[in-house]
Amino acid sequence: MSSRVKMLLAIGFLAALAYPLVVPNYLVTVGMLMFFAAFIGQSWNIAGGFAGQTSFGHAVFFGVGAYTSTILHVSYGWNPWLAWPVAMAAGAVVGWVIAVLSFRAGLRGSYFALITLAFAEVFRILANSVPFTHGGLGMLIRADIRPANFQFGNAIWPYYVAFALCLVSLFIAWRLTQSRFGARLVAIRENEDAARALGIDVFAEKVKVLMLSGAMCAAGGTFYAQKYLYIDPNIAFGIDKSVEMLLVAMVGGAGTIFGPLIGAVALTGINELTRWAAAVIPALKNVQPLSLIVYGIMLILIVARLPDGLMSLFGRPSSKAKPRHA
Amino acid sequence: MLEVTGLSKSFGGLKAVDGASLTVNAGEIVGLIGPNGAGKTTLFAAIAGFHKPDGGRIAFEGNDITGLPPHKICAAGMVRTFQITQPFAKITVRENIMVGAYLATSDRRAAAAKAEAVAAQVGMADQLDQRGADLTVAARKRLELARALATGPRLLLLDEVMAGLNPTEIVEIIQIIQAIRASGVTILLIEHVMQAVTSLAERLYVLNQGRMIAEGTPAAIAENTMVVEAYLGHGAAKVLRA
Repeated sequence: MSSRVKMLLAIGFLAALAYPLVVPNYLVTVGMLMFFAAFIGQSWNIAGGFAGQTSFGHAVFFGVGAYTSTILHVSYGWNPWLAWPVAMAAGAVVGWVIAVLSFRAGLRGSYFALITLAFAEVFRILANSVPFTHGGLGMLIRADIRPANFQFGNAIWPYYVAFALCLVSLFIAWRLTQSRFGARLVAIRENEDAARALGIDVFAEKVKVLMLSGAMCAAGGTFYAQKYLYIDPNIAFGIDKSVEMLLVAMVGGAGTIFGPLIGAVALTGINELTRWAAAVIPALKNVQPLSLIVYGIMLILIVARLPDGLMSLFGRPSSKAKPRHA
Repeated sequence: MLEVTGLSKSFGGLKAVDGASLTVNAGEIVGLIGPNGAGKTTLFAAIAGFHKPDGGRIAFEGNDITGLPPHKICAAGMVRTFQITQPFAKITVRENIMVGAYLATSDRRAAAAKAEAVAAQVGMADQLDQRGADLTVAARKRLELARALATGPRLLLLDEVMAGLNPTEIVEIIQIIQAIRASGVTILLIEHVMQAVTSLAERLYVLNQGRMIAEGTPAAIAENTMVVEAYLGHGAAKVLRA
């Protein structure tokens, strides 16, 4: 890392720390949403970006995390902080199950994406019908605003928790770029046969990465449930969440450390701007939801013009090096 | 070192490899030749664990490795390259080779050092920071070789590393392969460039329509009637001798 990049990171870090202290509550919550989107986007990115296992159903992990901690808390009286690691473990277990079933069957690429989508739908339908999730009514967490209870009375603390989650996810992604495990994931993404020939147990590595990604995403689910104190099958397992995670990572730059964060800044910004525009400009009042239309346009532009996401605007000089004749 | 006995592999009704046997002794360079579609690459893939053989036995250094997955065979010390080069396109040459080097170490610095040493060995030292996608055909062939070499194999299976190269590049890669052998790695290679095979290999096996039809020194193989006819058609040997 060059010293200029380090400087920028340090400035960004301090700015993010000071931000909620100087802006109004509304903007603090926007910041929280942004870091939260960056966090769950990173959980997608680790499997979908680094390892190339594109999932359309990451909400399955999000929902399992949200429901696990909420059921433990509401139905069994667990402290949510204690339920949190259990929710992560549940996310890892679901990741293991999905990975073993689909990779044993040799599913790759779009087939894998479809099977994850199917899993998320199955979980959504199950959550709608089994008694211990309270079905379609959803689950309400009784308000008991104490930090010891993972409930915060103001906007600032959730902001800092989301920021910390985002930092942890950045650290995990950075570790991946520095480690053998990460190098193997990239090799699997780039060419599975070559990876196998070079001694990589492709199946085992893919199972591991889905467990890691699932645990992270489930941690996001618990955070979400504790922030809004309500979940139902559509919120927890709906396609919207899966798309959000995928979009954040793809727009920012899949397979890069900062891609999900940059994607989250862009998409959260657009979301707020379009909401504001719809409220202010009368002609846009009936175009709802405007943000989805802009997302769509943005995704088309990114796929067509910047397939490596917004991150590629910051330039990787080595990638542009002209081939030399050997 | 490598002993393949009666290996068979079919795809549907097609017997791609039909009871083929071969032996490679430690320190040798052995060539596997045959007309297009003879089953050479299928035989290779079966030896390296990419296809499960229908019959026969593969032993490496005395251990039965028949049906083991590729990563276990690689860990045992035998690694293959691909005829159609398979570089990791979006990462650099250094990172490509490091993937191989990571077989022996989980330490990043050790893997990078190994990658640089191997790159020097195959003449890619000044291309370490180029992306896999930006390489020429010749460089991709070398990268295949380098990645495989970085896993620290005792037996290297090379699938047409010279196909598509110009004469200068072929001479260079022949020297590299000879140096690899001199460093103590045994080599089994599939090759179409006959001149290259005869200058490299001590012994040749000839595969035709899935069957091993001949085995011997390059000189003996060139004289072999069955081999000449497999390549040039029935009766060709008589014409050539006339």
